[in-house]
Amino acid sequence: MSRLETSSGDYPARREAMLAKLAELEAEQAKAVAGGGEKYVERHRRRGKLLARERIELLLDPDSAFLELSPLAGWGSDFPVGASVVTGIGVVEGVECVIVANDPTVRGGASNPWTLRKTLRAADIALENRLPLVNLVESGGADLPTQKEIFIPGGRIFRDLTRLSAAGIPTIALVFGNSTAGGAYVPGMSDHVVMVRERAKVFLGGPPLVKMATGEEADDESLGGAEMHARVSGLADYLAADEHDALRIGRRIVRGLNWVKRGHAAGAARDPLYDEDELLGIVPEDLRIPFDPREVIARVVDGSVFDEFKPLYGASLVTGWARLHGYPVGILANARGVLFSEEAQKAAQFIQLANQARTPLIFLQNTTGYMVGQEYEQGGIIKHGAMMINAVSNSTVPHLTVVMGASYGAGNYGMCGRAYAPRFLFSWPSAKSAVMGPAQLAGVLSIVGRAAAQARGQVYDEEADAAMRAMVEAQIEAESLPFFLSGRLYDDGVIDPRDTRTVLGLCLSAVNSAPAPEPAGFGVFRM
Amino acid sequence: MITRLLVANRGEIARRVFRTCRALGIETVAVFSDADDGAPHAAEADHAVRLPGARPADTYLSIEKIVEAARRGGADAVHPGYGFLSENAAFARAVLDAGLTWVGPDPAAIAAMGSKIEAKSLMAAAGVPTLPSLAVPAAAGAVGAAGDWPYPLLVKASAGGGGRGMRVVRTPGELGREIEAARREAEAAFGDGTVFVEPLLERARHIEVQILADAHGTVWALGERECSIQRRHQKVVEETPSPGVSPELRARLCEAAVRAARAIGYIGAGTVEFLVKDDTVAFLEMNTRLQVEHPVTECVHRVDLVELQLRIAEGEPLPPAPPEPGGHAIEVRLYAEDPARDWLPQSGVLHRFDVPGVDARFSPVTHGLRLDSGVEDGSEIGVHYDPMLAKVVAHGVNRADAARRLAAALARARVHGPVTNRDLLVAVLRHPSFLAGETHTGFLDEHAPAASPSGEYGLSALAAALAEAAANRAAATVQAGLPSGWRNVPSQPQRVSFQVDGGTGADVCAVAYRLTRDGLRADGFPGTVLVGATPGTVVLETSGVRRRFSVARHDGVTYVDSPLGAVRLTPLPRLPEPVETLAPGSLLAPMPGTVLRVEVKSGEPVAAGQVVVVLEAMKMEHRIIAPAGGTVAELNATPGRQVEAGAVLAVIEEEQA
Repeated sequence: MSRLETSSGDYPARREAMLAKLAELEAEQAKAVAGGGEKYVERHRRRGKLLARERIELLLDPDSAFLELSPLAGWGSDFPVGASVVTGIGVVEGVECVIVANDPTVRGGASNPWTLRKTLRAADIALENRLPLVNLVESGGADLPTQKEIFIPGGRIFRDLTRLSAAGIPTIALVFGNSTAGGAYVPGMSDHVVMVRERAKVFLGGPPLVKMATGEEADDESLGGAEMHARVSGLADYLAADEHDALRIGRRIVRGLNWVKRGHAAGAARDPLYDEDELLGIVPEDLRIPFDPREVIARVVDGSVFDEFKPLYGASLVTGWARLHGYPVGILANARGVLFSEEAQKAAQFIQLANQARTPLIFLQNTTGYMVGQEYEQGGIIKHGAMMINAVSNSTVPHLTVVMGASYGAGNYGMCGRAYAPRFLFSWPSAKSAVMGPAQLAGVLSIVGRAAAQARGQVYDEEADAAMRAMVEAQIEAESLPFFLSGRLYDDGVIDPRDTRTVLGLCLSAVNSAPAPEPAGFGVFRM
Repeated sequence: MITRLLVANRGEIARRVFRTCRALGIETVAVFSDADDGAPHAAEADHAVRLPGARPADTYLSIEKIVEAARRGGADAVHPGYGFLSENAAFARAVLDAGLTWVGPDPAAIAAMGSKIEAKSLMAAAGVPTLPSLAVPAAAGAVGAAGDWPYPLLVKASAGGGGRGMRVVRTPGELGREIEAARREAEAAFGDGTVFVEPLLERARHIEVQILADAHGTVWALGERECSIQRRHQKVVEETPSPGVSPELRARLCEAAVRAARAIGYIGAGTVEFLVKDDTVAFLEMNTRLQVEHPVTECVHRVDLVELQLRIAEGEPLPPAPPEPGGHAIEVRLYAEDPARDWLPQSGVLHRFDVPGVDARFSPVTHGLRLDSGVEDGSEIGVHYDPMLAKVVAHGVNRADAARRLAAALARARVHGPVTNRDLLVAVLRHPSFLAGETHTGFLDEHAPAASPSGEYGLSALAAALAEAAANRAAATVQAGLPSGWRNVPSQPQRVSFQVDGGTGADVCAVAYRLTRDGLRADGFPGTVLVGATPGTVVLETSGVRRRFSVARHDGVTYVDSPLGAVRLTPLPRLPEPVETLAPGSLLAPMPGTVLRVEVKSGEPVAAGQVVVVLEAMKMEHRIIAPAGGTVAELNATPGRQVEAGAVLAVIEEEQA
């Protein structure tokens, strides 16, 4: 039963605040969609080419969903938002695929450090979830000024492609334009390669480099044209007449994969009983005020049915079973921020139960961390926290994490933060992640500084302290905000809370492309 | 007494006769060609006899086979329907010689009226007004005196009917060629290539009088029918009474018709046709059979003409006077043909055929709707026979009432399959000139009703796209429960393009829509709300008005029926296969058929408008004409060759300017 009061209290203000944040999110995402800006988009179109997202739209099954991943990659860096590549999960001929499309309107589709991280993340998702990978290639290669960040780690791109293939996960490259030097190994390492006539250029060295290296005079077409690769080198399996034809052939290739998902099929799904729109008004702007995550669960899971596990024990963490778009899930959700020993033990037991039942887990984060203080240290909070972290780390069922609010301290770890490799991790615009809250962090620095001054017998400069605290607070606040963290690939995207059910449903479907992993070795430890 | 009747026909007329037989307790025997195996008329008869073959000459035109079928089927009477052998004296004679009852006039009367040339002189002798005519010698090219005639002229097949072998000639230069073409067509259709020429009365009304005569001297004239609205000399809209016939004129026409019947000792049902223009009344011909358009007379006079035909054949007398007429009836002929492409007959599967509000099938109706149809859902419209799907008839208290009922029924009918003349018929029935009674044989040429779908097809296309989206979601094998077209980073709408073909050929309609949490966002439809969508039904609300769109898909074509009209849409592939582009100047076969003649040689120069190839399809000659002058660069046609629709027959290389 929902106790959310939508017409009075804090709800309207919370909703307004969330809508304002969503407007900001939309504005940031619009930057990614705008690509290289009007001028370069126009130039690209004048060449008769499709934009990266247009290519994706035409590749996908009509009216199917597309979850774009890391759309804010590069946010807050020197590089444009989106990192000159579009990645995501979409359905092609009834097959869920990871799609990676270079955006050639952004600096020729050149890879910068964020492009690399975003691309590698997409390949990880393909490998972990057994999703065929489709590359829509048109890239001018590496962003040379930042080559030191790209060149050495960037080799993984090609290794990932062949490891996917070795794992039985098909890789497909549709080459629309340049794919030269290192980029030539994207088609080179892919299982299926389509090149667009008179557009695709795939060579290790272009005419100037060849001239410099060997003195040979050669043109683009003879070095790496689509016709040449289709008829002479054999690097292209299919010669496409144009971009539409390449996408058509790409769809045909996927159809021919005869792909079978190895996981569970979804059962019948039911909509939640409560309006997902109300998810806008649940999280308080001030994250020190707790909120009941059951209100979120009631608006996300099938039929709003949630079977709570250990409801009377460790009440700061809500655990229980539900179904989401027909998939059974276990849910862990912070109720009052702090994790005590009871909560940690409850979590460890629940995670083991989920592993025993091979049930995926969803973590709904709003945690300020594990409790500190004498009583708790003496009560073994580290031990109990370690149990929870151990369980999360070694759990083999798929994990999906949503950061709804706070994600501070070791709570981020115990609740399956990025380092704990959830299959997917998304943030709400209301999320904040840091080692601790900005005020606390500034306060800690102040106390430490004061103590150091005292130890040196100096008078502590209160004015400087206040300035330092303000500056640190502002910096930590900025660096704990979701756009910043999403820009650094610490999540897979910032989502509208109202999309939570859809995003999780899509991820659960993706997760079930891979077989359910084998369980770990012990029986469930009673906590 | 007739106990078992064979109908030597197919389609709706066979079913029409069977309906009366069933009412009277007469057993029925159908004949069917291989092409009609499983056709409704064959399926519903008590007994059905196969006529091997598909070509009319081998089947419905084979006297021998049909008489044999009657023997095998145990029939004791034969009804010929209309068309085929219905006006063939030899057939009537063969039926009688086989000892069967012939439901029709005496073979001598058929023969007398069978030759239009002879009929005209007979009528003139009996005092029935006629137009002068010129018999054309059998030898080709000998047109002689025709040069003196007042053009335009009409070339007609003496044995003709249904517009076949009929040609309009406007200049003396065309006469020779048109006579030849008419002769060939007549030869193919009727086995008699005799043609004649008479002055063409333009903007005249086609008026005909239904007569019924028993063997005891009673002759009824059941009023007139007006059948002026024609295309290619074939009637498409027929009605009674005629808005252009005064009581005095009616009396004159009926009197002339009765005189004509008596002149040849006519027995049975027949029709005397006249052209009427102002005060001129000219006898055209007499049809010695039941007419296609007989239902309008049945509705207004409340008689069953087939029943009366059968009773007359059994020797019963008619009552002394016919029943009094009441109300007004209009019939339209729904054809599988494309009015926008010169009435080109269409073939294919008729997936759905449903006319709403039908009150009667094959029987008279008062203040209601009658449907005489030879097809059903799933019927195959072949290339061997006349592509008429059905006759739809409305009877009302007056003409406007009947027209409104009929137009509405047609507009709301679901006709999914080949392109039809439905939109054109609706346009005619709602045309101010039609409603004003200003009907004449040039009506369609003059008003060229816009058969194109109305400007509102955009909403229908949107509905089609949304139904398709619902179908796509329903068919999804993964992510089935996710919202349609969901995006976390929206960048563009879903796009679907349709080719709209409602008659005027190709018109592409692009639809762009998104389904968001706030509802439908469709480019060009800012206020339109999606109330609900399933693969078969979409409800849209525009400016506060809700409308339901029914959407059906068959063989790659989407049919949308709604209060805004019926729209036929072909979804265009998003990722079309690259096609070999046709050489410019390619002349394509407009439909499947047989090459009849090739009028040019490879490498020869041709002039714009010159006939290059003549194709025979659906019993009609189609001339493939050079659109511009040039040289024949390629020629893929040889006489007798079967060609598919779209086959390149020839390539004309244009002259370099």
